[in-house]
Amino acid sequence: MSAEPSSAASPLADLAQRSTEWLSVVGGFGVLFIEIARRTLRRDFDRQEFLRNLYRMGIKSMPIVTVTALFTGGIMVIQAAPIVQRYGAYGLLGWGAGFGTLREIAPLLTALMINGRVGANNTAELGTMAVTEQVDALRALAIDPVGFLVAPRFLAIVTTLFLSTIFSDALALVGAAYAGLGFLGVEPAVFYRGLTTGLLGFGDVAHGLEKSVVFGIVIGLSSCHFGLSTKGGAPGVGRSVNATVVASAAGIFVLDYLLSFALS
Amino acid sequence: MTPSPEPSASALHKTRSALVRSLGRLFLDLLETGRDLYRVFVLTLYYSLRGEPNRPAFFRQMYEIGNRSLGFLSIVMGFIGMILVYQGGLQTQRVVPDLSLLGATFLQLLVRDLAASICALMLATRVGAGIAAEIGSMVVTEQVDALRMCATDPIDYLIRPRFLACLSMFAALVVLAAGVAFLAGMWTAHAFFGINPRTFANVSMVSVGDLTIGLTKCVAYGAAIPVISGYCGLTAFGGSEGVGAATTRAVVNSSLAVIMLNFVISGAGYLIFG
Repeated sequence: MSAEPSSAASPLADLAQRSTEWLSVVGGFGVLFIEIARRTLRRDFDRQEFLRNLYRMGIKSMPIVTVTALFTGGIMVIQAAPIVQRYGAYGLLGWGAGFGTLREIAPLLTALMINGRVGANNTAELGTMAVTEQVDALRALAIDPVGFLVAPRFLAIVTTLFLSTIFSDALALVGAAYAGLGFLGVEPAVFYRGLTTGLLGFGDVAHGLEKSVVFGIVIGLSSCHFGLSTKGGAPGVGRSVNATVVASAAGIFVLDYLLSFALS
Repeated sequence: MTPSPEPSASALHKTRSALVRSLGRLFLDLLETGRDLYRVFVLTLYYSLRGEPNRPAFFRQMYEIGNRSLGFLSIVMGFIGMILVYQGGLQTQRVVPDLSLLGATFLQLLVRDLAASICALMLATRVGAGIAAEIGSMVVTEQVDALRMCATDPIDYLIRPRFLACLSMFAALVVLAAGVAFLAGMWTAHAFFGINPRTFANVSMVSVGDLTIGLTKCVAYGAAIPVISGYCGLTAFGGSEGVGAATTRAVVNSSLAVIMLNFVISGAGYLIFG
């Protein structure tokens, strides 16, 4: 509750303080990213931790990714339904739903779900460790916290999001095909034909996957950074979790916009 | 497929019963969670109608949920508007050269679905995590038990103001967010495709049905997010890690609820209004 109305007395100072905080967060992301990249290139990180995190983050997120993807595909078809029916363009349903799903919606929603589940959890865990001085204990034992804690988690998040996006692309199309059958009476075969003939290419799938890697980097960096810089006991952990989720969600949308330009 | 040696009947029986048992456990857990959530929801509704109004808490929560989400929501919705118009415009150009209906279609999509749903997903992360962390840390530090000792139901004292505040602020936030997204889309259409803002601002395709679907979604999400997050907060256990776990559950379950409600309401809306 730092932003009480009383601070409105000097809006300029408030603005200056906020932008300083913001810049320090961005700087922290950059430094952390370089540290992680250096250890990744030198393969100087804990393999066992990486595999363990991959299981906890990837396999355990399967149910929510599945449910999200199936429903998302259905929603895409329902949204396209009035337009498709108006023009009678049932053959184009696959293209219409597939385009939006593969390029935008599946990577975006998968990233948001993974952000809520994995990103928040990761921050809470690292934050608890930081608050109870376990990270300092690691340093005292001459174990590199970045190589042991941060790099494996970061790599696991990026890998998880990339693989989950492939998975949810496929499932969203299945969901869309059956929603098309249920609401519009379009046979799944017609749907898949609309998907595969001409208008959509591998480029569209690759576009979504490239985005998912960038989203993974955002989630990984922000959850690790906010987790490690947690201060102030248990309430501090709560604040960090909140900050991570919000920062990653905003970062995902902003980068989505920039990438849409850069990649098209 | 290489033929594997036939497993003995007892081993097969054992794995099968283990599978059935785990499935049954999963189903029972789901059922129990559903029943508890329903109970919290009904109690919240009951207290909202019958309880004494707690105005200070209500206004504080309105400020917390509404005003403090404004910057975050505006940024996200602005970028969403720009992405959608840019991608949609590019894609439409591949099929038909005429982009004059882009604005009308975008506005319909925004009113019917995207404004409410994207807002709800964002608020599920921001507000849901906040509610669960706050109530969860009260549970873990036994403040909720202290409330019960004072004969106050935590659902009445903690969840009801959040529920009412979220319900009333959500519609306002969605309208504002839709406005931001539409203006950002209008700017993108003008800058990249040379569409006149007057052509873009075309409300001819928005029908009463679209508006009804959009507002129904506002109410449904606004009710679901505080109830689910509050429930996750109240069921927190086990110290600060428990609060972290509760927060995660709140964000995930509220987001899932938003996606499922979206599917149900969109489907029903399509069947009713076409």
